[in-house]
Amino acid sequence: MPTADPETAPLTIEVEHLVKTYGGIAAVNDVSFTVRRGEIVGLLGPNGAGKSTTMRILTGFLPATSGIVRICGIPVASRTDEAKRHIGYMPENNPLPEDMRINEYLYYRGRLKEMPREKLHARLDEVLELCDLKRIRHRIIGKLSKGMRQRVGIAEAILGEPEVIIMDEPTIGLDPHQILIVRDLIGGLRGRMSVIISSHILPEIEVTCDRVLIINGGRFVAQGTPAELRREVLGRTHYELEIAGDVAALPAMLAGVDTALAVQMTSGPDDAGFHAVILTTTSDRELGESLLAALTAKSYRVRALSRTHPTLEDVFLAATRRSWDIVDAPAKREAGRPSSEVR
Amino acid sequence: MRHFFTILGHEIRMLLVNPGTYIAAMLFLAIMGLIFTGLLEVYSQQAQETSPAHDFFRLFLGFAVIFIVPLMTMKSVSEERRLGTLETLLTTPVSTAEVVLGKYGAAYFLYLLLWGSTGGLFYLLHRFATDARLLDPGTLIGGYLYIAVSGLLFVAIGVFASALARNQAVAAVLGFVLLMVLIFGPKLALDIQLLQIEAFRPVRTALDYAQVFQHLDDFSRGIIDTRHLFFYFTGTTLTLILTILGVEAKLLHH
Repeated sequence: MPTADPETAPLTIEVEHLVKTYGGIAAVNDVSFTVRRGEIVGLLGPNGAGKSTTMRILTGFLPATSGIVRICGIPVASRTDEAKRHIGYMPENNPLPEDMRINEYLYYRGRLKEMPREKLHARLDEVLELCDLKRIRHRIIGKLSKGMRQRVGIAEAILGEPEVIIMDEPTIGLDPHQILIVRDLIGGLRGRMSVIISSHILPEIEVTCDRVLIINGGRFVAQGTPAELRREVLGRTHYELEIAGDVAALPAMLAGVDTALAVQMTSGPDDAGFHAVILTTTSDRELGESLLAALTAKSYRVRALSRTHPTLEDVFLAATRRSWDIVDAPAKREAGRPSSEVR
Repeated sequence: MRHFFTILGHEIRMLLVNPGTYIAAMLFLAIMGLIFTGLLEVYSQQAQETSPAHDFFRLFLGFAVIFIVPLMTMKSVSEERRLGTLETLLTTPVSTAEVVLGKYGAAYFLYLLLWGSTGGLFYLLHRFATDARLLDPGTLIGGYLYIAVSGLLFVAIGVFASALARNQAVAAVLGFVLLMVLIFGPKLALDIQLLQIEAFRPVRTALDYAQVFQHLDDFSRGIIDTRHLFFYFTGTTLTLILTILGVEAKLLHH
């Protein structure tokens, strides 16, 4: 799915050992990561984990206590103004002035982003079209619905065609239809701009992002593609079976399919004589076919066989529950490989 | 400074499309008119030593500055902070100084506009007064010049108060108190018994120079003292620097 080649695309965001403390309490504690051009990266974490703080430091709005942040190779701390020219930012809750019209607001923001007037008019039309705001561009922002406001925020972030787009919870409070629109909008940026989004809505992150960073207590607890995270954090795959036959003989048969395969749970036979069985394995291999072959060979009757995909939600819960110190080591690995398992 | 004019233009536009501005301006002019009428009545009954313009500026300096300036400036920074738009503003390549100066410039523009509109009162007086002595152009020019110069400092103090508070009401009260201290403080402090001691003579001299009403008297008499100008210009610069630092300090402890 990722169109950016992780090997050749230039780094647009580099963060090294970032620390931010508020009155002695570390909000962000030794965080390092990189993002390449064209990547969409999701920042996931419980409330107060340090997502917004990290994003604010990236934009140069907040100074870091220590560590280095570079946007397109420009250190944010020492050349803030220059770095800001490469960033489009949509803060949490998407603050907008209440008493301006959409096109006025976007024009004003474009001027602040140092876009020349002639170019700005053309770009404004383009962005309004892209965010489906063209029909309502003369409406006053204070009277817009939440979804429209959110689209105005996104339009503002992409207005200056920045290399890096940072969005703090872009889909919060939207209905499913609007989420779909916003997701498509963000997806449309893939390959051209680097995008960091934070969210609580895990399926959102899973669908949109090439890579996920899970942050808790100011540190990364896990990092990788959604598929890698499942494997890394949960460490096992589950298969659900519904079979009729001699369930007691099942473990012996399973050893022939894969040595790591084990029965986790068996329920009693239902009216039709079928047992629901949950198998678990640490192996990454796709075992469905061989399992089915082995079962029919042993004359089990199979009604259902499925491989369960742990959702990112499970990963998120497991990763944040685990002590961060244990997971810090794998988190430092460079991730971002293309994966076929991303749903 | 390339963003200063973008922000200034934007702020002035927002002031001009805001109904609140017109309501405030109308109230301001209504009260101005009332007081001016009262003043003329006093003058029509018996001759006074000073021209009406002189008394007019004296009265309104107390009223209009202390009440109107905080109301005009209370929104400028605190509203942006409350809405969170300060964050979006400062993540564009705009410096805090440009933001503060842009907002200050717009507030000062409105201040001049309001005061300028009181010129109409004098026009009426000029049109209908039979006695030309009532309208001394020297006093008028001096008075308005004083309003323009002192307004620099007063508006800066209002913006400063707005930068410190998240709540508009708090900003207004803070601005009100600061202006009160500036305008009436030196006069009251001079009456303190303790300051009469010889050792405090430099303090007394300094306070004497800082008497706002004294400045007005001088200006309206046509005396444009560089010390007064210096007082307002340095005061303005200092207040604006403190405002910029205040906005930045608040960001650090966000």
